[in-house]
Amino acid sequence: MEGAVQLLEVANLEVVYHDVVLVLRGISFSVPDGQIVALLGANGAGKTTVLRAISGLLDVHHGDITKGEVRVDGKATHRLTPAAIVDRGVTQVMEGRRVFAEFTVEENLRVGAHTNPDEREENLARVFDLFPVLKDRRKHTAGYLSGGEQQMLAMGRGLMSDPRFLLLDEPSLGLAPLLVQQIRDLIVEINRQGTAILLVEQNATMALSIAQHGYVMETGKIVMDKPADELMRDEDVQEFYLGLGGAGGERKSFREVKHYKRRKRWLS
Amino acid sequence: MTEFLQATVNGIATGAIYGLLALGFVIIYKSSEVLSFAQSGLMILGAFWVVYFSSVLALNFWLAVLLGVLLSALIGVAIERSMLRPMVGKPAFSVAILTIGLNIALTVIGFDLIGVEIRSLGDPWGIQKVEIGQLVVSQKDVATIVASVIVVGALLAFFRYSRFGLAMRATAIDQETALAQGIPVARVFAVAWAIAAGLATIAGVFLGAGTGVTAAIGVRAIRALPAAVIGGLDSIPGAIVGGLIVGLAEAYTVAYQAEYLGFLGQNFSTAVAYVVMFFVLLVRPYGIFGTREVVRV
Repeated sequence: MEGAVQLLEVANLEVVYHDVVLVLRGISFSVPDGQIVALLGANGAGKTTVLRAISGLLDVHHGDITKGEVRVDGKATHRLTPAAIVDRGVTQVMEGRRVFAEFTVEENLRVGAHTNPDEREENLARVFDLFPVLKDRRKHTAGYLSGGEQQMLAMGRGLMSDPRFLLLDEPSLGLAPLLVQQIRDLIVEINRQGTAILLVEQNATMALSIAQHGYVMETGKIVMDKPADELMRDEDVQEFYLGLGGAGGERKSFREVKHYKRRKRWLS
Repeated sequence: MTEFLQATVNGIATGAIYGLLALGFVIIYKSSEVLSFAQSGLMILGAFWVVYFSSVLALNFWLAVLLGVLLSALIGVAIERSMLRPMVGKPAFSVAILTIGLNIALTVIGFDLIGVEIRSLGDPWGIQKVEIGQLVVSQKDVATIVASVIVVGALLAFFRYSRFGLAMRATAIDQETALAQGIPVARVFAVAWAIAAGLATIAGVFLGAGTGVTAAIGVRAIRALPAAVIGGLDSIPGAIVGGLIVGLAEAYTVAYQAEYLGFLGQNFSTAVAYVVMFFVLLVRPYGIFGTREVVRV
């Protein structure tokens, strides 16, 4: 993968909040063009922080990148403003949907097109094609949509900037299983249309079923880095993230829970 | 009845001026969550620029107003960039105090530039009146009302239909999400200050029209603050309604207070805005159109 140009890379990233709280301790991974990459991990592992560092939203949370780089096609982007990063083709869909509740569906989508006004109509048509329900509700107030519809609106809004890399933060959060299926299929379809996706999920089954590659994070470090199907078969991942017990079905005590040591990487 | 109508027209005209000032206050507050107490200072300085262009440089009045508004908008941007931007993320209280200091500085500079004389704006209305039936309305009041309707209408259209106006509204609702969509939030703040400074200048022109610009117009501009509070700090229609309420309350007080509530003394009209604010806040602590939200300053 070294030397490939078309990708989003995170290299040795270290992030500190409020000058003292070390949240990411040297994270490296990459999202190749046109692929789906899953980033898994428990609460507080730092997944959302990774996304903020990529999309430039750390400032809002008093976070700072103290080491490392984020690169898009080999060019560093981690010192750019969020607007410039969106312009480079990287858009984040934040956790918890965060639609503009007082706006109509269409206004929400128009906000998403802010950096790309010239192709607004084409992107609007594409989003309505992907999410027909948004087309039916285009004049409705976004705050009154159901949770699943709001998630679709948030994703559609992200797509309005026509990103090459879409960062999805917990798109299945708080949705009924049937809707999770629907969101999953939509992510596959968005990817099929040529957008690479970095999928941050707690729902590891869903994420690994569609990703080509997966990374597992634990307390600010990447502890596993494997193709998605290998991760699926990994015993520890099965136990801790997929909720499948060991072969005998008996539960292990937390004392035996294995903590991962960061694999030493001198070059990454 | 004539007296009542007369007071109403006067009240609407002054209310429109307060409304313009309050609108600037609300636009800054909505987009950047800064309580700016610098509106009256911006107004005095803005009025001076118009005086300067129209009577010192002897330009056409409308051209002078246009140049004055543009120059004020630039000053607004410069203030935002140099003083407010470094304060992003700091406590609302500190920022509010900063704007109070800024207001003092702007007022002093404005006073110094204007001087002690009454400065003519060179406006076409002077002290002429028009008669509508039995009403005698000064032309300046008519112009104020017409201009305010046009300006407010243009602003509302800007917020509703334009790409940047939508971006400003999005920023007002949720700054982080706006950033994530690629909206340059820093530019939104700058534009908010530009609009507020421009509105303050227009308000200054109409306060000074006819009678001329003196340093004293700043004292009246301070009443735009109760107007904004009455309407609700984060509501654009509220700013207009609040301005009109304050304007009308003042006009009615001028017309009737000496007769019915004489014991309150002379010039009670200057205090009535605060009395109204007091009662509105008793009933609706967030103003008439304001949203419930806890911000302590």
